[in-house]
Amino acid sequence: MARVIVDVMPKPEILDPQGKAVTGALRRLGFSGLAVRQGKRFEIEVDGDVTPERLDDIRRAAETLLANTVIESFDVRTEQ
Amino acid sequence: MTARVGVVTFPGSLDDSDASRAVRLAGAEPVSLWHASDALDVDAVILPGGFSYGDYLRCGAIARFSPVMGEVIREAAKGMPVLGICNGFQVLCEAHLLPGALIRNDRRTFVCRDQKLRVESADTVWTLDYRPGDEIVIALKNGEGNFQADAETVKRLEGENRVVFRYLDVNPNGSINDIAGITNERGNVVGLMPHPEHNVEELAGASIDGLGFFTSVQRFLAATVS
Repeated sequence: MARVIVDVMPKPEILDPQGKAVTGALRRLGFSGLAVRQGKRFEIEVDGDVTPERLDDIRRAAETLLANTVIESFDVRTEQ
Repeated sequence: MTARVGVVTFPGSLDDSDASRAVRLAGAEPVSLWHASDALDVDAVILPGGFSYGDYLRCGAIARFSPVMGEVIREAAKGMPVLGICNGFQVLCEAHLLPGALIRNDRRTFVCRDQKLRVESADTVWTLDYRPGDEIVIALKNGEGNFQADAETVKRLEGENRVVFRYLDVNPNGSINDIAGITNERGNVVGLMPHPEHNVEELAGASIDGLGFFTSVQRFLAATVS
């Protein structure tokens, strides 16, 4: 079964309080020089082949529900 | 005829009962609406606070696609008064009935306080019983109440007098321009993070400053519902 990955990230200009908290925790643990932004990863099992039409469907799904494009950007790719 | 104000219950709504009480205290008839219903036999709708669908995915993101919201979106476009409180505001933004989005508080903690607000606009169906410049105190309780929008949207909201409430003294969540609540172009859809339904009786609230929301819509509907 094919798998499609959708990555959703807060847009660069949008504050990411979770990423900031993780960045601070890493620094306290001694992992210096790391700046984290936190997003979401969706793993989608697709029945049948991942055709260009299927990918377009998933892009539409991402734009409709998985991401809020006011504050987030998304990327759709097929997992090899 | 008594105006009928619907209060939607999503799985995870918390403040639907308080919203219904506030509607009743203001003299209108509260009507419970289940999220899976697609029939709206009401004159106005309130989307209450809470954690609809457990805040899964994003606050309000799944509630926005519930059957009742299809009707709310259709009726709002025709001018029906719609008020979104806290989670309801998040649902209205996700539904694009209001611009912008609510993200996690900048201070990363849940905030619960009696919040001072300034009423910036009485030019909506939910605020016509206030005067611009009124200072009111309303309960605020949220973890993701940080209102954000792109610069152009904020400029438009400010320019068109669509910022309805602004936080005073303390900005509790990092909202841009201290914005606590906004309205649409027509002034029939209002969303805000603070909870006016908790401030309608002296026994249980720090003030009764929230009652004006419910008397406003009641007065508006009394003038239009026949």
